[in-house]
Amino acid sequence: MNDISTHDSGGLDKGPPESRSAGGRIAEFLLRRPESTIALVAIALAIYFTLATDVFLTTPNIRVISQYLIAPAILAAGQVMLLICGEIDLSLGNVYFMTPFLVFFGMEAGLPLPVALMVGILGAGVVGFINGSITIRFGVPSFIATLGMGFVINGLTLTISDGFPKRAPSSGVAANILGLTGFSGLMWVLIVVAVMHIVLTQTRWGVHTIATGGNRIAANEAGVPTRKIRMRNFILAACLAGFAGVLEGIRVGSFDPGAGVASGKVFEAVAAAVIGGTALLGGSGTVLGAFLGALVLAILRDGFVLQGISAFTYSMVLGAAIILAMILNSVALKARIRSQSFKT
Amino acid sequence: MTETTDPKRSIVRAESIGKRYGPVVALRDVSLRLAPGEVLGLIGDNGAGKSTLIKILTGFHQPDEGKIYINEEETVLRSVSHARELGIETVYQDLALINQLPVYLNMNLNKEKLRRPVRFLDKKAMREQATVHLADMGVRIPSVDTEVGYLSGGQRQAVAIARAVYSDARVILLDEPLAAMGAKESAIIIDLILELRQRGEVSMVMIAHNFAQILEVCDRVNLLQHGRITYDTNVDDTSIRELTDLVSAEYRGRGIRSDEPE
Repeated sequence: MNDISTHDSGGLDKGPPESRSAGGRIAEFLLRRPESTIALVAIALAIYFTLATDVFLTTPNIRVISQYLIAPAILAAGQVMLLICGEIDLSLGNVYFMTPFLVFFGMEAGLPLPVALMVGILGAGVVGFINGSITIRFGVPSFIATLGMGFVINGLTLTISDGFPKRAPSSGVAANILGLTGFSGLMWVLIVVAVMHIVLTQTRWGVHTIATGGNRIAANEAGVPTRKIRMRNFILAACLAGFAGVLEGIRVGSFDPGAGVASGKVFEAVAAAVIGGTALLGGSGTVLGAFLGALVLAILRDGFVLQGISAFTYSMVLGAAIILAMILNSVALKARIRSQSFKT
Repeated sequence: MTETTDPKRSIVRAESIGKRYGPVVALRDVSLRLAPGEVLGLIGDNGAGKSTLIKILTGFHQPDEGKIYINEEETVLRSVSHARELGIETVYQDLALINQLPVYLNMNLNKEKLRRPVRFLDKKAMREQATVHLADMGVRIPSVDTEVGYLSGGQRQAVAIARAVYSDARVILLDEPLAAMGAKESAIIIDLILELRQRGEVSMVMIAHNFAQILEVCDRVNLLQHGRITYDTNVDDTSIRELTDLVSAEYRGRGIRSDEPE
């Protein structure tokens, strides 16, 4: 498995080799690798909270951070693939809350948890497929298609659950692996991020995802199956969202219909991706960056709790972080254009 | 108008191609022949059907009428991928490159080399081959790792053409390769086309508006007007003056041609 803590994106985006001063080169590296900047931010925040509080670097607290990380990091790993190929799925938060109920009813029907999980993820995948179909077949912008689908899924979840939480499986090997024990959630986060990082940087699927979002007409003309790529990413993102929902439900011990909070889930994932350097216009972004974005948000949230700062402030900081990240992205873009026009 | 007996062997031959988009007739009864190693210039006013013809030859559009022969064999070009399999590559006006991908991945787009047994990208092989290939064709760029978005317009166009050659194309279709390019940028492309013509391994069809450039790099010129090929000549038998007169003649004095229904 790849070491996901490095900044290697497999040579997908190496800078122009002609070098200027050392400072210029470092500036260029930071410009070209938004993940490196966000990694520095994460480290700086970790150091700050370690010094400012006594308990930041303790096992229980790291477990708390890992718990904050599960949902946004896994949701973002799927969302970032969609963003890179030029789409977005706003219904992921609702799929996240719907899937545990599919698992619940599967288990009610006598299925063992792993099989019920498969059923749930299949159900999530169907939602992704419908989203993809509406977007690709009918040309409805995914922003709109998935916005509508989000409401549909929310209503569906409330209907099948009667609006009440259900008990999540609380014993057994499968439940232990699927989020119940200690760091099992974090383990899944790392697995998902590592696998998606490899998919994006080392496979044709990844290259074609970038090509589809970067210049869809050109990708089509080169024979890249852009419809298939987009469809696959819709299905993938929905399956990951469903999986994250089940992990989180098992961890907290109950499957919640999530009335009214689903949009928060999805926007947190988008925020993680954007803070990690993903452009919403398609063509650029990394799984690693999205993970680091989610990590920064988790560290901030945890650190604020430790310092007794209210959740209201966290929300303000989250908002400011998104805006700041976008400003930095657009400044970086301008700098790139300028550095380009200086050549030739 | 049947022209079935062609004495010269052709690599691509289109016969009586017709294409309409709804009520708009883009091409009518277009026949075109491309000999191995030949560079054919395609000229004509905007809307004459040049791009439509190119898109039919590249499998992007299907003709409503007519036949296409590849190596004198009747062929239905089902898709761009199918045309590529048969060695027909296109370099489009809107540049079929992905700015966010490095040069070597663009060179291999949709033809990525994969490792075995796990089918990961073989980046090392793709980089090396792209480097060798670009150097061989005299295309100069900073590095194959450079994202295409960082290259100049001429470099990008050169990479696009080199990509076509790189993928063992026997026929390259160039849709305005010199549009919106300065003298220096154009020179890069003209040199590249001349180099390829001298080697004679690929045939090319090139759409362009600059007749001086057409006469410099092409062997033969076809003029498209109102979806028809109205003039076919060797470059040695024509001049910028003649081509200019032919293209603009219909607007000078003759008015709109009354023999055209519509």
